[in-house]
Amino acid sequence: MENNNVKIAVLSGKGGTGKTLVSVNLASVAGESIYIDCDVEEPNGHLFFKPTAIYQEDIAVKIPVVNESLCSGCRKCVDFCKFNALAFIKIKNKPYIFEEVCHSCGGCMLICPEKAISERERYIGKVQKGVSGNVTVNSGILNTGEESGIPIIKKLLEESASYEDFPVFIDCPPGSACMVMESIKNVDYCILVAEPTVFGVHNLSMVYDLVKLFGKPYGVVLNKCLDGENPAEIFCISKNIPILGRIPFDPELGKLNSEAKIAVRESERFRELFLSLYKTIMKEARHETTADSKR
Amino acid sequence: MKIAIPVDEQNLESSVCPSFGRAPYFLFYNTVTKESYYIDNSAVASQGGAGIKAAQVIADQGTNVLIVPRCGENAEEVLRKSEIFIYKSIQGTAKQNIDAFEAEQLVLLNDFHSGLHDHGK
Repeated sequence: MENNNVKIAVLSGKGGTGKTLVSVNLASVAGESIYIDCDVEEPNGHLFFKPTAIYQEDIAVKIPVVNESLCSGCRKCVDFCKFNALAFIKIKNKPYIFEEVCHSCGGCMLICPEKAISERERYIGKVQKGVSGNVTVNSGILNTGEESGIPIIKKLLEESASYEDFPVFIDCPPGSACMVMESIKNVDYCILVAEPTVFGVHNLSMVYDLVKLFGKPYGVVLNKCLDGENPAEIFCISKNIPILGRIPFDPELGKLNSEAKIAVRESERFRELFLSLYKTIMKEARHETTADSKR
Repeated sequence: MKIAIPVDEQNLESSVCPSFGRAPYFLFYNTVTKESYYIDNSAVASQGGAGIKAAQVIADQGTNVLIVPRCGENAEEVLRKSEIFIYKSIQGTAKQNIDAFEAEQLVLLNDFHSGLHDHGK
């Protein structure tokens, strides 16, 4: 029996290369599937899916609170904090907390010999779950001005573990920093989306280094392909990176996309394009997962 | 009175370091005894919150006055709560800044930036 429970991350080094285009359309041709928008700073997959039956949950992080009547001013919490989220105010003989610098590790609470530190919740964003056709659409939304969306991404992906029988498509944040690492940590396969520009190649090389560092199987989708030389394709060939498929620089596709329509739901031509891409990816991903389990 | 200045080198002729949180050293100068000493800025290698930690170093030395070209909001918060006055430095060496302070030629810094954390974006 074919194993459909494959987690696939879609990433790129820069914004605007087509992560959302690829992940939204792949999820839409996959039959029953899950789409997870981990681009929590600017989630826009939901604009395409327009999900209904929305369930929403607020996401909070833990922030220390000092009970000043119990605090002895030993400053162990301040010296312990590796993020410098606490300062010791000598004239008051008490610590002072910088909430937005705090990483919610809970260390200060554990280290306090007087048990003067407790935790309270601070809301940083939310997750939204809904349905669009065969696709379960889960999005993370980080409040503006927040330092890190990692707690939201963790929540989104923790729940994805329960979708046992369906392929999961993870629309990652752009770049190759912490939030992307959190998004790809437990995936089976990574799709790198690249555009045919010098910028595209530079950013592709960054995510390429990242997926190699994580030891993830990967392949590239070349987006916005034109006739003539494609610097991203040359890069793939020189590094021996598998090319999973090519999406043409097509005015019709561009128009559908700009109107927030899902191309595979509107046009047979694009349905075929993404279905063939989907089949290639699933073959690669299943192959890699089996190879992995034999290791 | 104890004055602190972020400096690039450990001598009075050093320039004032343009960064507070990431300055390599802090100069401390006692206006009564005219003695000075230097401390490595332990915040220099911090991943984040360098301004907070640097302000902590300044506060822990019992400083009364900090002379800096600029200062972030978080550091300012620690310094203010620790009742340390922040003066704006002038062009020139650490010594010239100390002299200018003693001649009452420096002004209080009252413009604190919200952080330079996004300068790589």
